Amino acid sequence: MSELEIAGCSKYYKKNGVPMCALADTDLRVENGRFVSIIGPSGCGKSTLFNIIAGLIKPSSGRILLDGKDITQESGHVGYMLQKDLLLPWRSILDNVIIGLEIRGIPMKEARKRALPMLKNYGLGGFEYDHPDALSGGMRQRAGLIRTLLYDKDVILLDEPFGALDAQTRMQMQNWLLEIWKDFKKTILFVTHDIDEAIYLSDEIHVFTHRPGKIKATIEVDLPRPRSEKTLMNDRFLTLKKELLLMLREERVSSD
Amino acid sequence: MPDKLKNNEPFIEDPTIQTTKLGRRAFVGQVLVGVIIIFLWEFLTRIGWLDSYYWSSPSTIVHTGWKAITQGTLLQDLAYTSGSTILGFVLGTAAGYILGLSFWWSELYSRIFEPYMIAFNAIPKLALAPVLVIMFGIGFDSKVILAFLMTIIVAAIAAYSGVQSVDRDLEKMLVSLGAKRRHVFMKVVVPTTIPWIVSILKINISLALAGTIVGEFISSRQGIGRMILYAGQVLDIDLVWVGVVVLSLLSIVMYLGTVWLEHALMKGRTPKS
Repeated sequence: MSELEIAGCSKYYKKNGVPMCALADTDLRVENGRFVSIIGPSGCGKSTLFNIIAGLIKPSSGRILLDGKDITQESGHVGYMLQKDLLLPWRSILDNVIIGLEIRGIPMKEARKRALPMLKNYGLGGFEYDHPDALSGGMRQRAGLIRTLLYDKDVILLDEPFGALDAQTRMQMQNWLLEIWKDFKKTILFVTHDIDEAIYLSDEIHVFTHRPGKIKATIEVDLPRPRSEKTLMNDRFLTLKKELLLMLREERVSSD
Repeated sequence: MPDKLKNNEPFIEDPTIQTTKLGRRAFVGQVLVGVIIIFLWEFLTRIGWLDSYYWSSPSTIVHTGWKAITQGTLLQDLAYTSGSTILGFVLGTAAGYILGLSFWWSELYSRIFEPYMIAFNAIPKLALAPVLVIMFGIGFDSKVILAFLMTIIVAAIAAYSGVQSVDRDLEKMLVSLGAKRRHVFMKVVVPTTIPWIVSILKINISLALAGTIVGEFISSRQGIGRMILYAGQVLDIDLVWVGVVVLSLLSIVMYLGTVWLEHALMKGRTPKS
C-alpha cells in the first residue's frame, strides 16, 4: 500500500540573475495502485517535478510524502525511469537489470537468479547475455523498466519512457507496460506529451500549464479495463481526446 | 558463381571467408615487404651503393648481435632496459589513473589541481634527467623514475577526460536506485574511464621506453641505451645498429603486450563506448 502525495511543491531557478519559476505550487495525490499521467507542453516542469519526487533536487517549497512519511530530498524511495534507457553499455542485459539489487548489497548470484525469470516472462528471454547495443530501442526500454521493477519500490515514475520509439513499437510497449502494471500492482506516475498514450494507459490525467508549470485540470479516464487497440476507437476515448487537445492547444496559444 | 547457379544451389554469401582470405593475403604481403627491405639493405651495402661503415648491413648486425649476446652483456642490458621501462610504465600509468580518477570526488580539489597538472605536462621531463640522475643515482631507480614521470601525467589527463565524460544521467539513474557516491564511482566512473586509459597504453609504453633510454644515455652502467652510447663513442657503428634493432624489437614486443592488455581490459565491450 503506497500513496504518494505532493504537497505544495514549487521550484525556482535563477537565470541570468532573474528568478524563474519552473514549477508553481503543485498539489497532487496519487492513490495506491493507480496509473496517473501528467501531460503538458515541453518545458512545463514535468521533469522538474519528477526530479523532486525522486529526491534528486531540492524543491523551493513544499514536501513529498509517501504513505504520510516525508521523503523530500531523499532518493531511493521510488523507482525512476527516464526517456533514455541508461543501460550501462559494458554490462550484459542481465547484469544491467540487477544493478539496483547489487547496490542494496544482494550477492550477484542471488540477484541474477531473481532477475532471470523476470527477463524471460517479460519479453527479454534470449537476450539476457547480450549487451545493450545489440538490442532495439524498445527492448532496451524493457530492460530499463525491468531494472526499475527489480528495485522493487511501490511507486514508479516514468518520464516519457517511450518518447524515442516509433509508433508501432510504442503501441507494443504500452500494452506491455499495462501487463506489467497489472501483474505487479504498482502505483505509476507517468509523464508524456502524447495524448493517445496518456488516455490509453491512465486512470487519471493531470494537464500541466506551460511555464510556470502547474496543474491546470484533472481528467478522470473512465474507460474500462483491460484496454486494447479497440479502446482507441471507443467514442468515450475520442471525446476525452478532443477535450485534451483543446486544453493543450490553449496552452500552446498562450505560450506563444 | 555460374557453376553453382547451374546446380540450382543458392549462393550464400559468407563475409568471414573473404575477411580471412584478405587477412592471409595481407600477412603474406607484410612479410614480403619486410624481406624485400632487408634484402635490399644487404644487397646495396654489398655492392657499395650504401656505405656499410654507416649503414652496417643485416648480416653484420646479426653477427655482431650474436657476439654481443654470447661474449658481451646484451641480454643483461636488455633485461635492465625492459625491466625499468615496464616498471616505470606500470607505476606511472597506475598512479596517473588513480590521480585522474580522484578528480571525480571533489570539484573544488579538481579545480585547484587542474592547472598544475597541465603545467606539469608542459615541462619537458627529459630535460630534468640530469637532475634526476644526480638525485637518484646512476642505477636502476633513476631510470624507473624517468619512465614514471614520462607516463604519469598522460595517464592522469586521460583518466580525467574520462571522468569528465561520465554521463550525468547515468549518475542520476543510479542515485535514484539508492546508490551512494562510492557505488556510482565503482559502477559508472571506473568502467567509463577504462577505454580512456586503454587508449593511452600504447603511447605510455613508448614514452616509458624513451625515458629509460635517455636516463641510460645520461649516466648508467647497464642497459641498451648505455651500450649504444658506448658503441658510438668507440665508433663501433655495427654495435649501434645492434642496439637500435634490439630496441625496435623490444618496443614491438611491448606494443604487442599492450594490445593484449587492451583486449583483456576491454573484454565484452566495443571500443569507444
